Amino acid sequence: MTRINLTVDGMKVSDDVEPRMLLVQYLREKLGKTGTVVGCDTSNCGACTVHLDGESVKSCNVLAVQADGHDVTTIEGLAKDGRLHPVQEAFRECHGLQCGFCTPGMIMQSIDLLNHNPQPSEQEIRVGLEGNLCRCTGYHNIVRAVQYASGQLVAAAGEAGGVAEEVTPA
Amino acid sequence: MIPAPFDYVAPSSVEEALAALQQHGDDAKILAGGQSLLPVLRMRLNAPELIIDLGRIDSLRGVRDDGDAIVIGAMTPHSVVGADPLVAEHALLVAKAVAHLADAQVRHRGTFGGALAHADPAGDLGGPARALDAQFVIAGPAGTRTVPADDFFVDLFETAISEDEILTEVRIPKHTGWGAHHEKMVRVAHQWPICAVAATARVEGGTIADIAIGLANMGSTPLRARGVEEALRGQPATEDAVRAACGRAAEGANPPSDLNGSAEYRNHVVTVMCRRAVLGAVQGAGA
Repeated sequence: MTRINLTVDGMKVSDDVEPRMLLVQYLREKLGKTGTVVGCDTSNCGACTVHLDGESVKSCNVLAVQADGHDVTTIEGLAKDGRLHPVQEAFRECHGLQCGFCTPGMIMQSIDLLNHNPQPSEQEIRVGLEGNLCRCTGYHNIVRAVQYASGQLVAAAGEAGGVAEEVTPA
Repeated sequence: MIPAPFDYVAPSSVEEALAALQQHGDDAKILAGGQSLLPVLRMRLNAPELIIDLGRIDSLRGVRDDGDAIVIGAMTPHSVVGADPLVAEHALLVAKAVAHLADAQVRHRGTFGGALAHADPAGDLGGPARALDAQFVIAGPAGTRTVPADDFFVDLFETAISEDEILTEVRIPKHTGWGAHHEKMVRVAHQWPICAVAATARVEGGTIADIAIGLANMGSTPLRARGVEEALRGQPATEDAVRAACGRAAEGANPPSDLNGSAEYRNHVVTVMCRRAVLGAVQGAGA
């Protein structure tokens, strides 16, 4: 067993873990943070994406011991004082999900993308989310959600469900 | 699935890491960024007794200027290499290839040295390393030695690094002002390429003064397309000249046949991709 000390969603945690324990296992099984999900066995799907020191990583492809001394943010650490993170809000507004399984990873990667590129083009969004798979093939609304979060789409007024429309350049 | 149990050390210096490696021999495995190793461990394709994590050795990270070369620390993450101004200025081909490497999450964790030491023949960095005549600095019990890219890649997943050695940095001779283009053919997003071509060129007055081309997944190691290079050196940077020369792209190649394409298909498609890569490189160089 190896002692690890890290910060997860703003909370300092300390545990003895087996070196083989994956970060995603640690988050789910030790800390009960089941918002971060495992969607594949090959590190392809990106559903388990979290931020390690502010940058997106696939938590199935990091050992818990490698996170020793570092700062982890999961989907559960985004909302503040009961208010959704703007990207979470955007996914809800644009219905950027169908079954919802890929959503935690999609949101974490979308935030990373916007941190590096606040005004991405549609193509840049699609490339930026390359490491996240949606098996419902709901990519269209996911891309719109990222555009919405970046301020490049506005919700149409008065429509229930808030259908998003592109901003027409003045 | 989770990995089989292993012991774990995270040394803070190369010397400590070498000592651990010497003590445990082939029961030990070096962990760099882990983006290839961890899937292998999870699928139980390998079960080392000891993992030596280089992640705590700060001296192995970063890019620096060293006169006629830039030096990339083996543990520098791809995302850092891809955004580094020295890389963009002196080894543009590396920046172009890194942009195509896997996906953003993998680029944050995966390391430049780790990917090269893994020596996947379909990897994105082997072609650029060969094209740019990279030098691999390898530390071992007897000290440090430097291996040129032409000798570094030995076979499928096999390099010149011995079991008691560690890759510490990669020196890339400056290719300042060279244009560069990386052409990668993938069946689905963030997969290994069916094949890839990395080309970099220097153009003077509309003539290709110098050119270097690396190929991925066209054999058991990354290759140089020397025939195309020879045919193009001193030639006008025109589409016709490039098209004719790139017909030689598969010379000396021995590509695999798999579900993504036959060897025959790869031998053809590499000529097309080579043309695109070379045209991109010479255009980038101002032709």
